[in-house]
Amino acid sequence: MDNTKVWDTLLRDTNERKKKAEQYVKEGKIVAAEDTVALLEAVIKSGDKVNIEGNNQKQADFLAECLAKVDPEKINNLHMVQSVVALPSHLDIFERGIAKKLDYSFSGPQAGRLAEYVTEGKLELGAIHTYLELFGRYFIDLPPKVALVVGYEADREGNLFTGFNTEDTPVILEATKFKQGIVVAQVNKIVDKLPRVDIPADWVDYVIEAPKPFYIEPLFTRDPALITDTQILMAMMALKGIYGPYEVQTLNHGVGFFTAAIELILPTYGEELGLKGKCCSYFALNPHPTMIPAIESGWVKNIHCFGGELGMEEYVMARPDLFFIGPDGNLRSNRAFSQVAGLYACDMFIGGTLQIDKYGNSSTATASRIAGFGGAPNMGCDAKGRRHPSGAWLKCGAEYGEREKLVGNMPKGKGLVVQMQETFREKMAPTFVEELDAWKLAKNANLDLPPVMIYSDDLTHIVTEEGIAYLHKCESMEQRMSAIKAVAGYTDIGLQADEKETKALREKKIVQTPEDLEIDVTRANRSLLAAKNIRELVEWSGGLYNPPAKFRNW
Amino acid sequence: MALNELQYEFKVDNPTTILKENYHYGVVGSGDMEVLMEKKDLGGAVKVKVVTPVSGFDKVWERVLKKFVTENSMGDVSLEINDNNATPVVVTMRLRQALAELVKEAEGGDK
Repeated sequence: MDNTKVWDTLLRDTNERKKKAEQYVKEGKIVAAEDTVALLEAVIKSGDKVNIEGNNQKQADFLAECLAKVDPEKINNLHMVQSVVALPSHLDIFERGIAKKLDYSFSGPQAGRLAEYVTEGKLELGAIHTYLELFGRYFIDLPPKVALVVGYEADREGNLFTGFNTEDTPVILEATKFKQGIVVAQVNKIVDKLPRVDIPADWVDYVIEAPKPFYIEPLFTRDPALITDTQILMAMMALKGIYGPYEVQTLNHGVGFFTAAIELILPTYGEELGLKGKCCSYFALNPHPTMIPAIESGWVKNIHCFGGELGMEEYVMARPDLFFIGPDGNLRSNRAFSQVAGLYACDMFIGGTLQIDKYGNSSTATASRIAGFGGAPNMGCDAKGRRHPSGAWLKCGAEYGEREKLVGNMPKGKGLVVQMQETFREKMAPTFVEELDAWKLAKNANLDLPPVMIYSDDLTHIVTEEGIAYLHKCESMEQRMSAIKAVAGYTDIGLQADEKETKALREKKIVQTPEDLEIDVTRANRSLLAAKNIRELVEWSGGLYNPPAKFRNW
Repeated sequence: MALNELQYEFKVDNPTTILKENYHYGVVGSGDMEVLMEKKDLGGAVKVKVVTPVSGFDKVWERVLKKFVTENSMGDVSLEINDNNATPVVVTMRLRQALAELVKEAEGGDK
């Protein structure tokens, strides 16, 4: 055996860096905000894999801004591994030459700039992931050397309270700290005693009280005032054509107005259909304000949250039977576990998209924006490893038109993956297209694959205002394409529909129109919403929901 | 913005006219439209006038309207639509709703 081989290079390297940083540590693990840039220059080296915590909700914004201020002569070629690219500072570090490569999951407002940087060669794109996939890689080939994370409070020893917005912190720190990496945390306040410990102090190296509270995006707040009659019609169709017949008990809702409309007609139309107790009892879901009326009406038994939603703190604390609550009474969200739940424990994913091609592949990518998909592809797929049965899963599997081709006579379930979209979006942009813009993006940004959110072979249902296509019932691609045409309305794809074929598909119940579902279209109006605006959500919550200022218009 | 005026005429087999002399439905809000339906002797045809700020979608209008008239076997009716950027989805839904409300009223149903 070779005894000269060194087996603890990672730890030695970390210790060396920490020695350099010692001068900035005031007391315990506390570093002053004004020393943060110097601290980062001491603990980060060129070429490191670095994580900046942030997702579609909370952001380690102060640490991101500080990283963008380090000297690129000293620190460059960083490989950023992070859930989202959402803040200007996330791309400033590429602009300034501090970072070179990016592996990520989702970018919202920065998607256009990200695409530019890729085209200009300022940023080398590793891959676009779904959250869970990226978290998985943190433990295999992408463990961060340094993680810059965020919490509400820290104590002097470095314990963290991440509370309501725990989100990605545990998974990032597990991957970083147990691979001998370095953890820097920004908090809103350093206190003597925390409400509870979410992250133990020995996982944390440095704690900084940021000059201002960290940024949170209320991404899952949908103002009911903006819900249209068409969205209500489609919500009625979804309830009567999918939620009811499949009795979907475990599910995840996407972020858009379509699912907000569904949430808001559960206590009205849903109850009228007799669905209470038969569907929508268990969710992997952020605390959506539009869920309040359904919760108050007794629909829901359990919700596990990916993250917290601004303004919902007190409401959630007051409903501990439904949520995951710590000994201190606050919610504990956890993105990794909720994604696992979305993948394996939910019968259905339902959400919107931008484009669906003639085969049924869908994407939110456009030619000039690299937006990524967050968690949607993870929940919007048929989990091949699932083994536990449920009514909805068995029914969908039994209806699956290509099952025999694939598994012979073996009974098998199938998860419901539903895309809900009007045939035209704003500015008359067609939802149904010959070819996804994702192909153009792949070419423009030199990607190996067009970024697809949900692949055709996972998609089971499309809901448009024209009808529902039960795609999983199709026995061939040809039939599937006909079913898509039948619900594609007046788009170029929809105009190719053959009347006779559509009629036959309706008879086979592969396509169902609102008339087939016996839906009274005159009732598709806002009077069906249990709450018609944010103020009524506050009333439903008994004053516990505290909406962010931008949603307070009264 | 200049408004476009579009005119269409449709004829179906065995048409029936509407149950009321005239009927108004909808509001010309953004992304929405209103329709005025009027019983008129047009030799069994349906005449439609659309006033819209949108140009370049004459064919789509024609298809949406034709489908509506055909599905409901309408005749001897004049339709006047004032549109403010409604999508085909909204147009179809408003027309359906207008007709259904008209029938409800004519039959003395709720409203």
